[in-house]
Amino acid sequence: MTPRKRLLGLGAFALASSLVLTACGGGGGEEPPAEGASTGIVTVGNGEPQNPIIPTMTNEVFGSKVTGNIFAGLVYYDAEGVVHNEVAESIESDDNVVWTVTLKDGWTFSDGTPVTAQSFVDAWNYGAYGPNAQNLSYFFEPIAGFEDVQFAEDQLDAEGAPKEGEVPASETLSGLEVVSDTEFTVTLSQPESDFPLRLGYSAFYPLPESFFEDPEAAGEAPIGNGPYVLETWEHNSLIELRPNESYEGDRVPQNGGVDLVAYTDEDSAYNDLLDGNLDIVTNVPASAFGTFEDELGDRAVNQPAAVIQVINVPEYVEGFQGEAGLMRRQAISMAIDRDQVTETVFSGSRTPATDFTSPVINGWSDDVEGNEVLDYDPEGAKALWDEAEAIEPWGDEPLYIASNADSDHQSWIDPVCNGIRDTLGIDCEFDAYPTFDEFLDARDNNEIKGLFRGGWQADYPAMSNFLGPIYGTGAGSNDMGYSSEEFDAKLTEANGETDPDAAIELYKEAQTILFQDMPGIPLWYNNATGGWSEAVENVVFGWDSDPILYQVTKSE
Amino acid sequence: MLWYLGRRLLQVIPVFIGATLLLYALVFLRPGDPVAGLGGERGLPEAVQQQIRAQFHLDQPFIVQYLYYLRGIFTFDLGDTFTGRPVAEVVAEALPITFQLAIMALVIETVFGIGFGLFAGIRKGKLFDSSVLVLSLLLIALPTFVTGLVLQIVVGVNLDWLPVTAGRDPDFYSLLMPAIVLATTSFAQILRLTRTSVIENVTADFVRTASAKGLPRDKVVSRHVLRNSLIPVVTFIGVDLGNLMTGSIVTEGIFNINGVGGTLFEAIQRGESVTIVTMSTVIVLVYIVANLLVDLLYAVLDPRIRYA
Repeated sequence: MTPRKRLLGLGAFALASSLVLTACGGGGGEEPPAEGASTGIVTVGNGEPQNPIIPTMTNEVFGSKVTGNIFAGLVYYDAEGVVHNEVAESIESDDNVVWTVTLKDGWTFSDGTPVTAQSFVDAWNYGAYGPNAQNLSYFFEPIAGFEDVQFAEDQLDAEGAPKEGEVPASETLSGLEVVSDTEFTVTLSQPESDFPLRLGYSAFYPLPESFFEDPEAAGEAPIGNGPYVLETWEHNSLIELRPNESYEGDRVPQNGGVDLVAYTDEDSAYNDLLDGNLDIVTNVPASAFGTFEDELGDRAVNQPAAVIQVINVPEYVEGFQGEAGLMRRQAISMAIDRDQVTETVFSGSRTPATDFTSPVINGWSDDVEGNEVLDYDPEGAKALWDEAEAIEPWGDEPLYIASNADSDHQSWIDPVCNGIRDTLGIDCEFDAYPTFDEFLDARDNNEIKGLFRGGWQADYPAMSNFLGPIYGTGAGSNDMGYSSEEFDAKLTEANGETDPDAAIELYKEAQTILFQDMPGIPLWYNNATGGWSEAVENVVFGWDSDPILYQVTKSE
Repeated sequence: MLWYLGRRLLQVIPVFIGATLLLYALVFLRPGDPVAGLGGERGLPEAVQQQIRAQFHLDQPFIVQYLYYLRGIFTFDLGDTFTGRPVAEVVAEALPITFQLAIMALVIETVFGIGFGLFAGIRKGKLFDSSVLVLSLLLIALPTFVTGLVLQIVVGVNLDWLPVTAGRDPDFYSLLMPAIVLATTSFAQILRLTRTSVIENVTADFVRTASAKGLPRDKVVSRHVLRNSLIPVVTFIGVDLGNLMTGSIVTEGIFNINGVGGTLFEAIQRGESVTIVTMSTVIVLVYIVANLLVDLLYAVLDPRIRYA
């Protein structure tokens, strides 16, 4: 299933969010409610979580609305994606390899047991351990000893499944070491300057002791340390979150609780919002793209999300190698009228791309050197294409753009193809795979006969997350087979840079290399679209496109 | 009569095996790899994928998978869905609400369909008859998602007469609009069926005889015309119960009803064979029972029909 993830980030809300943070700074359970606090229950359109509510299992947006609110990690992200310490007192390293994490005193889980260094280390070990088959296990890959908690090559059968009775060499990551109740160290296998940035992601949340006695029961009735507790979970219909009395952090709930209401259809959620039966919609249906900003006025949100769409160029496809290949990649990019497609097909719910990251990410800019190949320039495109023709003719083959057809991709591939046809004078066709998993299958087996659609949603708000996992040599999502020593070296340099501003410059330089090689042709950023009813106030959508629920107020 | 019933019920066994085998084969033939799609664009780590395949026997040949399924049925343990919930629980949760919706729709379409059809048939060619004919044509032509969305916005959002969506634990009131939407197409068909049948019977010999012997008109209509006109209608209604249970996929989506439709749709998207097959098989069984009831009703409506 294509994850129905939508995201958002809003620079304009910086002021609003910092006000709330001040208002409830240091708010313990005993203090009177901060000014503006309300008692109404906020209802939010959601869906049935696709996995048990276990932080290291939750890889989609329905479940992460729950984990993000009932757990508190070492750090949390504010609306702009800026990192603030939550359970962590400090996260420090001299060399970006060995990180010392100290915790604040006094945190407890909602069952009364203390949150200690062990709670984190045990949870991470659980998430990384191969036989537990956790969806987010790859997040622990950078930690030393990760290979030892996975099944070794000779423990797998011909199909790749673990053999009966085999277990990995170790049950725990050698890179994790508990120093005291409030301190532990993390040793990485190589320097990673943005490691602390990742720690707000759900894979890194702590777990109480009771979890390990019965993970299955805990996945049904999770116990966390976050702003809310999960009160009831009626499958496929409702999840009730209520304020956690023992929560110690800054994200103190300003409402009487949150009800996550499951919808299978975006239209019905939106109609419920219009009728006042639902307070917040996090996904406007395509049918309302053109009208929702008029209907909701200043209660509508339509801003870039941490999601980028690209057309990838596999290295194994003929016609895209060498000097001529480079020109072709650029020519195709320049033949796409991004402004027109985002306006007419998506009614403005996409934003034309200017780089390889996303506007909600710190460090994004529209002036990365070399990004002029993203501008629509039919004459220039045709000239480049003809130049490539002179070196090596393209032939009569159509240009294929592959994607799955079980969600709506034809609507933009057709106009993109039309542009390429008109501008470059070659045939262009949508190569449709009936289902998403068939498409993935062909993609992963290098069987695609042309270009193919790619999409990327950030896990944590960092530029590196948009570059390394996709364009690094041999990286997990490098489905193009792209490999550039120059790019890899620049990325390593950026990852090891301790000064954030210098790191941003290096990441921009790395993108300039990508613009020269064009392993992927950036198209546009998805927008987060959403809205809220007149009954609620202080609704802010975060960098990850989810509303920041604790600060929403609603009178009864 | 009892012998007949027993024989009909015995037929359920081969139908059940055939249906599950066929359904399982269809799901198996679905191209692609369901596990590959679980992690979105990035996909799950390979080791995790392999463990999921092993857990659900997806790495086994078709017939082995099917036998695992049969074993699950007979041991009353169908295993878990990909989301980790027991399949039996998911199915048992979804069925009652869909059944309730289907029955409400069935009552609405039957009462209004037969009522309007009878009235129109008796006054053939009059204004009421013509307008009802046009209306029914329109209703048949409109797909459910059009009537559903239009009613939702007009009656729900704009006029505020009925709830926009049913939500959880829906009561009679909040299921009323979905039931009406679900009933529209069949209502039009029952209306037309009844009307035609009534027109035929109104001119039949036995009706003329009844009128000639001085029976009041309302008794002629209710005892002779209507009763004899109902046989084709009852056949239709029997089959329609099954249609209503499956046809509610669209309606349930529009009105956010947590029933068979949504569950089945998601299971198909995910390629979750156990859930798909179990759910569809239950619907097959509903068809069989409904048809049996229809056959038994024939004997009530027409005393000449006897089962042995």
